[in-house]
Amino acid sequence: MKLYLKYASVILRSLMQYKASFVMSTIGQFLVSFTAFLGVYFMFSRFHSVSGFSYCEVLLCFSVLLTSFSLAECFVRGFDTFSVIISNGEFDRIMVRPRNEILQVLASRIEFSRIGRLLQALLMFAYALPSSEVVWSFDKILTLFFMIIGGFGVFSGLFVIYASLCFFTIEGLEFLNIFTDGGREFGRYPFSVYGEGVLKFFTYIVPLALFQYYPFLYLTGRTDRVIYMLLPLIGLLFIVPCLLFWRIGVRHYKSTGS
Amino acid sequence: MIELRNINKTFKIAKRNAGFREAVKVFFHREYTYVNALNDVSFTINDGEMVGYIGPNGAGKSSTIKIMSGILTPDSGECLINGRTPWKDRVNHVREIGVVFGQRSQLWWDVPVADSFELLKDIYKVDSQVFKKNLDELKELLDLAQIIRTPARQLSLGQRMRCEIAAALLHSPRTLFLDEPTIGLDAVSKIAVRSFIKKINSERKTTVILTTHDMQDIEALTERILLIGKGRILLDGTLSDLQKWSFMGASAEEMVAAVYKEFKI
Repeated sequence: MKLYLKYASVILRSLMQYKASFVMSTIGQFLVSFTAFLGVYFMFSRFHSVSGFSYCEVLLCFSVLLTSFSLAECFVRGFDTFSVIISNGEFDRIMVRPRNEILQVLASRIEFSRIGRLLQALLMFAYALPSSEVVWSFDKILTLFFMIIGGFGVFSGLFVIYASLCFFTIEGLEFLNIFTDGGREFGRYPFSVYGEGVLKFFTYIVPLALFQYYPFLYLTGRTDRVIYMLLPLIGLLFIVPCLLFWRIGVRHYKSTGS
Repeated sequence: MIELRNINKTFKIAKRNAGFREAVKVFFHREYTYVNALNDVSFTINDGEMVGYIGPNGAGKSSTIKIMSGILTPDSGECLINGRTPWKDRVNHVREIGVVFGQRSQLWWDVPVADSFELLKDIYKVDSQVFKKNLDELKELLDLAQIIRTPARQLSLGQRMRCEIAAALLHSPRTLFLDEPTIGLDAVSKIAVRSFIKKINSERKTTVILTTHDMQDIEALTERILLIGKGRILLDGTLSDLQKWSFMGASAEEMVAAVYKEFKI
């Protein structure tokens, strides 16, 4: 952990060398997710509910997802640019240092500019929390917390899979973005909106619904089943097979010629 | 002590002919060839030795270095370095080695070299006093005092290489792997780097394994030479052993060329 902070400080120091670029990309990140927010807003100015979910509920759902996604992006984004780390030989460097490879990959790419997106998510939270009709009892707050943690875990797992594939293909596979960036865009609305099939897919295959849809039902009082509140924690287990996959990948690492 | 026994490594390489039609064909049916990067490679290097590892491009030098430094896992064979198998006990193994890749940097591009060194200190968990002692010594030997406050991206190649070597030695490794440390350097820097390597080897008793294409490196530094070609160790001996493949009075360069020709590599 201490080492992680050291890395972070080196990255911050490098960033300070390119101040303008940093400020611009932070603003850019903010604007990009702001348009997504506008999308939801305009949608609801025409229709007052989507599949029985009200505007404020959808907003709450979206802000939970965006928070966990931007947290994952901020800290685990190193895996997203992992194909670069492999092809420029940086991974060789990482392998000859006496620390866990995953920690090093994570620490070498901390994306401070994603703070823009995180800020957006927090703003939406500030708006959605009081205006939603949820009574904020202890268990509801806990649920919300679980949802964010669970989301962070699942998105991180997806980034790890994305990266591990680079060991076999050297180049990253863009189609996986369907689950990461796509998950973010889809996840604006509770997954049930998209129908049974999509919901099943996001429950059993890529467990995005485990931290978004089910606990959300509990949060809005549509169900009393406590298990729904705990599902995000089960979703966290998704990271285990992802890490195993990573191990296999490291064994297959071929390095690039020099 | 470094011991390699019957190390094999093959790479699978996709092949196709040039042209668009071929590219489309490959999409559906891909042909692979297997390249034996390393073929039954065995050798032993004792503590404190300095060994030159030479061979033409693509002979398997870098692959061997990468296996010994724990980056690659070989297909078969054994490798013991200070009693550990690099790819099985990577973290403990790499704590005791230093690696310099001549073509790749280990310094953080945008921050002053001193900051990189500080970070390396934390990565290797070097004791503060040891670190300070090592840093002072390296600063003096490699003449770093002037350049240590400069960001790595603004250093010349020679300056950067001196910093790279220093970076690999901060944690007092027992073994040092140098993969083409003098590549692209001017004469002055080359000589500086060479004399430094020599000093490290004699004073600290650090085992040094050095790959290079520059025969003057070999002449200046190493007693023992390992020659590799097409993934096989062809010769394990001294510079004068190379002599017999060539005419009298040949330079080291000419000798090696003659040997490459002799072995058809």
